[in-house]
Amino acid sequence: MKIKRVLVACGTAVATSTVVATAIEEEMKARGIKVVTQQCKATEVPGLVQNVDLVVSTTPVPDNLPRPTIVTLAFLTGVGKKEVIEKIAQYLRD
Amino acid sequence: MTQFVLKNHLDPQAVCLRVKAPNADAVIGVLADRLAAIGVVAQTWKAAAIAREAAMPTGLPLADDFAVAVPHTDPEHVLRAGLAVATLETPVAFRSMDDPDATVPARVVFAIALRDKHAQIDMLQTIAGLLQSPEQLTRMASAKDSDEFFAALDQALEPIGGGEQ
Repeated sequence: MKIKRVLVACGTAVATSTVVATAIEEEMKARGIKVVTQQCKATEVPGLVQNVDLVVSTTPVPDNLPRPTIVTLAFLTGVGKKEVIEKIAQYLRD
Repeated sequence: MTQFVLKNHLDPQAVCLRVKAPNADAVIGVLADRLAAIGVVAQTWKAAAIAREAAMPTGLPLADDFAVAVPHTDPEHVLRAGLAVATLETPVAFRSMDDPDATVPARVVFAIALRDKHAQIDMLQTIAGLLQSPEQLTRMASAKDSDEFFAALDQALEPIGGGEQ
């Protein structure tokens, strides 16, 4: 299977996106899905989105991005985490 | 292991209990002053964190009436990795990270000073783990003194420390 690329965005690209990126890498690895993550600031998403398969952000990103986009706090708060992980896996399996 | 990591970064002087603050900026100001006093951040961190919170808020709703916030800003204002915590006498409205038009009632605020994202991943994951122990967070929020606060923190960290790490 092709390695999937996930762009992980937050406000500063330092703190919260690190938690999210690490969790996505671990969870997808456990499901046999090969991913690489790239962290960025939410404002940088439009310039980077072309190179990835999926965008996951903890903060709003522009509408109408050309790739599937998930805005979620689940990796930080734990609320709805299982569902979001399954949704991400679903996008990346296709 | 993880428990150790967080305690290393949390100076007891950087724990501010039962803070009375009128708004989010004031809470960030209190935490910034403590972090500056113990040499974790530069004087510029305060204004930078307040500006960042205005542009990119960090409120995280955990339940209907219980939220936290995790203000932070760019590494250039940070001297060494560290953390400060405030519990609030009455909840303070922070705007929500995923929906800046909405506010959430923050009871506990973690100011995170980061220099390098990969070196501090343990600290970040521990904080995220802590947010997922709502009962212990509530105990931390209502702690009357430092002993009660650290006892609640210890209990909250136990399952995290004993987990994957």
